[in-house]
Amino acid sequence: MVSYILRRLGAGLATVLLMTIIIFIIVRLVGDPAHLMLPPEATEADRDLFRQQLGTADPLFVQYLRFLGGLLQGDLGTSFRYGVPALGIVLERLGPSLYLTGTAMAFAVGLGVPLGILSAVRPGGVADQAGRLFAVLGQSAPPFFFALLFIRFFSVELHWLPTGGYGGFSHVLLPALALGWYSAAGLMRLTQANMAEVMDAEYIKMARIKGLPERVVILKHALSNASLPVITFAASQFGILLGGAVSIEAVFSWPGFGKLIVDAISQLDYTVVQAAVVVSAALFILINLVVDLLYAFIDPRIRYGR
Amino acid sequence: MVADALSRREPAVAAPRRRISLRGAVRRARLVLALSILALVVGSALLAPWIAPFDPNAMDLGNALQPPSAEHWFGTDQLGRDVFSRAIVGGQLSLLIAAAVVALAGTSGTLLGIVAGYRGGWIDGIIMRVADIQYALPPVILAMVMVGAIGPSTTNIVAVITLANWARFARVIRAEALSLRHRDFVLLARLAGASHLRIVLVHILPNVRNTLLVLLTLDLGLIIILEATLSFLGLGIQPPDPSWGTMIADGRGYLERAWWTSILPGCVLMLTVLAANLLGDSLRAGNGSEEAR
Repeated sequence: MVSYILRRLGAGLATVLLMTIIIFIIVRLVGDPAHLMLPPEATEADRDLFRQQLGTADPLFVQYLRFLGGLLQGDLGTSFRYGVPALGIVLERLGPSLYLTGTAMAFAVGLGVPLGILSAVRPGGVADQAGRLFAVLGQSAPPFFFALLFIRFFSVELHWLPTGGYGGFSHVLLPALALGWYSAAGLMRLTQANMAEVMDAEYIKMARIKGLPERVVILKHALSNASLPVITFAASQFGILLGGAVSIEAVFSWPGFGKLIVDAISQLDYTVVQAAVVVSAALFILINLVVDLLYAFIDPRIRYGR
Repeated sequence: MVADALSRREPAVAAPRRRISLRGAVRRARLVLALSILALVVGSALLAPWIAPFDPNAMDLGNALQPPSAEHWFGTDQLGRDVFSRAIVGGQLSLLIAAAVVALAGTSGTLLGIVAGYRGGWIDGIIMRVADIQYALPPVILAMVMVGAIGPSTTNIVAVITLANWARFARVIRAEALSLRHRDFVLLARLAGASHLRIVLVHILPNVRNTLLVLLTLDLGLIIILEATLSFLGLGIQPPDPSWGTMIADGRGYLERAWWTSILPGCVLMLTVLAANLLGDSLRAGNGSEEAR
């Protein structure tokens, strides 16, 4: 088990490293900040000085090594724009994004899983039909479009909820619902499919013959056996939610990580883009690792390592 | 009986266990519905220059933000442009990009997946490590960063979305190729002296065709959504060219006064993705493969 964790961590680290090289190169395709950030009347000498201060005058691989050296010490460079450590800016914005994606995930699980169970327990019933419609619609539009529909209806029409801004439950409700619908749809379908399969199993018949109440049969015997793929799938949705959060944050003026990347790209703030990508890749790989371990923990039949 | 047993094994389809004939009818109806919507959207996009009632970029400030009417089916936007015309012309570019990406990502992903799965060894290792990188970041963020670097021309958008999407094909097809590699008919072909190229083309490729078809259809919706997201964020198709994403973005500020400028183009987008997804589901149900996204 320990060697498995180490191997996975090693592979994850290698991926992050490859990622940094690629991002490092991509980000430098953007253009020379000495041209983009200094006023047009600046002289070539001014520009050279500026480049030296930023460290962009050195050869690319020297810059990359410096970047890696800093990475090892937790230093991801200084923001060109704000003059403060890029990592700090990124981590500061990560909080609101995790709050948003976490709430969206809670909605996705809280809506998707029960709908999937209901739909599997009584195929063709009202819950099944409604759940199916819910799933089909949720996977058919980008989250920002649901966000606009919700704003139009709940904020403009009914005046129930604010149209945007950062804050407590009333502020996070609409963005999280719009963001989570897509994942809720996937979870509903997966739960439904797994439950339907499990409900056919011999041990479910056995449990019923024993005279257990239907509630116990479904929630204890069927659900616990159908839950494994559901858990992995739910965790795999974090990446999708983090990606979807970019447009949701733009719609609701949410001071998150995605908005930071959009702004940093348009302001050509290399170091912030770099730091944001490294942090999100590391986060993503860590989540995947935790999920795999969780999997082994829940299902003792799974053994890792060769 | 056999059909019933087979269709029971499709967890991903999530069809209710009902009488087979009824389920078949429902499935056929869904397929017809999906195909008709797609035909309508693709058809109107192709014929847009002839059927669009107005010039999509013709401004008429005296006629701005008019609600839907007999003349302007989807109303007009803040510059007095006809939203309906812009929605069908916008579909042109969105669908073109989606089709190009699906073709490119599908082809490259399939080829790389087959090579990785069939050859194995270090080639497999390299291809899959590169695919891992793509999986280490949400596609939207990856595409955003790349477009930000190289600029949002149509070609660049296609290239970037392709780069952010090929790995899904490669992974699934690799798994299939891996399992086909040791099958008897492949071994027999090797014994008979067939070249690797011939085996891949004649024995592997036809056997991954069904999976590929399902993946392609399901991916179509995802790619339309990804392109719309980029355009929505201002990193995709640039104004004044209409696209569904930019139209939704432009109408954002008019949700109170003129909801139609953003909601109606969004509905067209939604209907298109819905049809693509329904088609993918029908195909998946048809060949019993279980690839979820």
